[in-house]
Amino acid sequence: MSSSIIVALTKLIAGTGVRWTGCAPEIKQRIYFANHTSNLDALIVWTSLPKPIRARTRPVAARDYWIKGRVRRYLATKVFNAVLIERKKVTSNNNPLAFLLEALDQNFSLIIFPEGGRNTESECGPFKSGLYHLGKNRPRVELIPAFIDNANRILPKGEVLPVPLLSSISFGSPIRVEQNETKVQFLERARNAVIQLKRS
Amino acid sequence: MNSDAQIPWLAGGVLGVLTLASAIGYLLSLKYRSPGAQATIQNLNARTRSWWIMAAVFGMALLIGRTGTLVLFGFISFWALREFITLTPTRAGDHRTLFWVFFVITPLNYYLLAIQWYELFIILIPVYAFLFIPLRNALAGDCGRFLERTAKIQWALMVCVYCVSHAPALLMLQIPNYENQNAKLIFFFIVVTQISDVLQYVWGKTFGKHPIAPHVSPNKTIEGFIGGVLSAAAVGTALWRITPFNPWQAAGMSLAIALMGFAGGLVMSAIKRDRGVKDYGTLIEGHGGVMDRIDSICFAAPVFFHLTRHFFT
Repeated sequence: MSSSIIVALTKLIAGTGVRWTGCAPEIKQRIYFANHTSNLDALIVWTSLPKPIRARTRPVAARDYWIKGRVRRYLATKVFNAVLIERKKVTSNNNPLAFLLEALDQNFSLIIFPEGGRNTESECGPFKSGLYHLGKNRPRVELIPAFIDNANRILPKGEVLPVPLLSSISFGSPIRVEQNETKVQFLERARNAVIQLKRS
Repeated sequence: MNSDAQIPWLAGGVLGVLTLASAIGYLLSLKYRSPGAQATIQNLNARTRSWWIMAAVFGMALLIGRTGTLVLFGFISFWALREFITLTPTRAGDHRTLFWVFFVITPLNYYLLAIQWYELFIILIPVYAFLFIPLRNALAGDCGRFLERTAKIQWALMVCVYCVSHAPALLMLQIPNYENQNAKLIFFFIVVTQISDVLQYVWGKTFGKHPIAPHVSPNKTIEGFIGGVLSAAAVGTALWRITPFNPWQAAGMSLAIALMGFAGGLVMSAIKRDRGVKDYGTLIEGHGGVMDRIDSICFAAPVFFHLTRHFFT
């Protein structure tokens, strides 16, 4: 109930046009990875997935932001069923990778933003290594690049009130970690897959 | 609810024209089988399907009355504005100004129409928003391209909100011997602008040879322009009985509407071309965005409103 309200509200405010250019929306285990410029991004990816897929997909989000305040905590735990991970004081006990692998083993798909934070400068910043480790450890899971356009103008970093412009999202072709591919090579290829979608 | 005896005839007329258009589209799709022709016909049929929906929504809003009409045009303005600003490069420093534009100025403009406060409606955006927008942007502190950014936001408001709202503003004109019939005036206005667009397209596709502004819109031709504008004026003249005008006045008004509509289409194309896009959006299948459909209304509405207000009230 509350999740359909959130979905409708997001569609109203972000007016997201959805394009599946490199794959079809299918119920397969996948990791959707996208550029990150706005707090709306996770919502935009999540709401642009068809409902049955959405129910099996969990956004990965920063624990420090999403447990602050009742509304955020409610949204993160009850609505999106987010996987909350530590960004700052990472120890072996709260290693984000373990939580993500656990979610994958429960057959969930994930939405992640490998830049690790909202990027306000270039089109897409360098990727952190989590995506590589996930791809390496669970080679059967498809890694789907996605490019989100205009979200930073609807809700820029530092603003609370959104301006209802139109955003769009493109989902590209799945990639995998190839054999003999180094971490650096893979991360750069993954990042380029996202940037390519902007051009198309 | 409006209980005017002419309304069933108008609804029937629209229904007839749309049925005819659907039938023609179907026959064309059977007759021409080449891939090139099929693409054009498919687009034509998608446009016709969207016309059915637009006519139904518009008819319903007019029948509900003033509230329905204002809500419909308010929604059109809102959507056109978001398409327009999406296409216009604004910066982080404009964010809070834009919030005011979407959530305060636009609703206020339509609220003034609802309470029929003409004197404030007519200057709210051209004067007060014009002064407010640069002030709010200056307070935000980003001076880069200041004048350019401010001008773009003002322009968007003028075209998408102020100009468009002159169509529902027709409802507040007090025309002698035409009391409580103004909904038909809006109907007349919308039919002439839209039929003019359609007929320009049809004349252009059928006889078009000489582009009228090749750098702006290669699809607009002199043949399409002349044929479309004149035949739209003929349709408008034939509708004189539903207006407060005599046939000659209806002809003059229709001609003015069709000419201004053409101007709107041309200007909006120039902006699209500059931004490197074909359409403003994707909301209306076959047509593009809302802004692509209402470009003619934007320019024709204020002129038709003031001509009517000056000569007939």
